[in-house]
Amino acid sequence: MQIVVNGAPTELADATTVDQLVSNVAKRPQGIAVAVNRSIIPRSQWRDTQLRDHDQVEVLTAAPGG
Amino acid sequence: MTDHTNADPFTIAGQGFDSRLILGTGGVASMDALRAALKTSGTQLATVALRRVSPATQGSLLDIIRESGAQVLPNTAGCFTSAEAILTARLAREALGTSWVKLEVIGDERTLLPDPVELLDAAETLIDDGFTVLPYTNDDPILAARLEGLGCAAVMPLGAPIGTGLGIRNPHNIELIVDRAEVPVILDAGIGTASDAALAMELGCSAVLLATAVTRATDPAAMAEAMRWGVIAGRLARRAGRIPKRYHAQASSGQADLWIED
Repeated sequence: MQIVVNGAPTELADATTVDQLVSNVAKRPQGIAVAVNRSIIPRSQWRDTQLRDHDQVEVLTAAPGG
Repeated sequence: MTDHTNADPFTIAGQGFDSRLILGTGGVASMDALRAALKTSGTQLATVALRRVSPATQGSLLDIIRESGAQVLPNTAGCFTSAEAILTARLAREALGTSWVKLEVIGDERTLLPDPVELLDAAETLIDDGFTVLPYTNDDPILAARLEGLGCAAVMPLGAPIGTGLGIRNPHNIELIVDRAEVPVILDAGIGTASDAALAMELGCSAVLLATAVTRATDPAAMAEAMRWGVIAGRLARRAGRIPKRYHAQASSGQADLWIED
């Protein structure tokens, strides 16, 4: 299936979970928030949330800012 | 001599801070420069934005802020609508484990001035959702009162547009905001140098939030230290009670027993 992760089209195995995606995209899971199609997926649900074809996923963290 | 500098905390939402300088991290040239500036500023609260994760740099910013002993204050920079700001605040709470937010809803790219309609809407929703909301606002006493009325934990009027370093363009409005506010007034944006920070405190602000003035200074660590002392000097002057301004001179040397005869 194909999803969009942080604006980039990404090919993933079917039934990939948010938890698995985060471990691919981020160096460590601390300090991270995930939104799928503009809905926040709480950390407690990462393991049980499977991504679906065409999902728009944002994996966010702190960056320098005023 | 009494040390006045370390015994003057202020509180936001019941939490005390000894330092009245809040440091924004935007514009830092390097993590080493940030580490040095955090240290010399003495700040206990540092703002961050929420952005897409980059594995190369992930974690270092938060590590550096926490090593400095400062608390992380996420902002909603980059949001132009209430809905974007609300989602960003909730994502920041999820990522960083804090319900404090510097609420920023911008009206346009050119001025980066707050959009008051969107700001009020976002503030109301986030307060209902349990957030401690610190809104970046225009230097408008009526808007500041409305934000306080909604339950914001502080109001943060701008001195001048973000990143301009133009100082405090309307000191009278800042005084009007301070006069009626019962929550801390934090001067946010527009500070260029230490005298601007001192003026904010002389006008009665509880604290100063600045980023660019330090992070884009030639020597950020030295400017951070200058800001630290600027804030302390301005606060001391405010508490000390300045003399009234006079139109004509008033001799400071006494006239009694003057040996020169008329």
